[in-house]
Amino acid sequence: MTKSELILKLAERNPHLYQRDVERIVSTVFDEITSALARGDRVELRGFGAFSVKRRQSRTGRNPRTGEAVQVSEKAVPFFKTGKELREKLNTKG
Amino acid sequence: MSGTTVTRADLSEAVYQEVGLSRNDSANLVETILNEMVESLTRGETVKISSFGSFSVRQKGQRIGRNPKTGEEVPILPRKVLVFRASHVLKNKINRALSKAAAKAAAPAAPTPAGATSSAPKS
Repeated sequence: MTKSELILKLAERNPHLYQRDVERIVSTVFDEITSALARGDRVELRGFGAFSVKRRQSRTGRNPRTGEAVQVSEKAVPFFKTGKELREKLNTKG
Repeated sequence: MSGTTVTRADLSEAVYQEVGLSRNDSANLVETILNEMVESLTRGETVKISSFGSFSVRQKGQRIGRNPKTGEEVPILPRKVLVFRASHVLKNKINRALSKAAAKAAAPAAPTPAGATSSAPKS
């Protein structure tokens, strides 16, 4: 399922809304999660999962082709931990 | 950084502010979005949200685990796990915010970074 398919589904279920509004709603939700993570906040959605940001310290990496040492600067990576309820759901069907 | 937690309530508040539906409708829509994603995933589909990331289901085989406390061997049954891959757009947004914060923190203490660090944040 893609974002546009998700929008279509929601529009179908909510015939009283303009599709344009449904698009804005979906975008707002993901934008809100994005900006929370950019602030360094956690996003916890019970039953679904939690998004957080993990810090990676700077390290000396190596170019695997040439073996040359490369400095990799400090960075942050988004991380998602599946919620308990969803994890169980994935394993009950099929 | 602040370390606060954003929840469903904050997401519905954002929808309420942005779209002007009632608070109740906003909360229901946030819930429906999550439900649709869960349903799609339990059908084994991949959920791709452009410029955010993709969620996919991966099948894990059986392996032998060990109870770390007792050392006892326990079989870990085959199961499905959900993997989230963040899009580059999301990763870049997070890192841009991080380096801005680092620049702010570093600026008053060391006015001239002198290019000593290769990780000098771009403003």
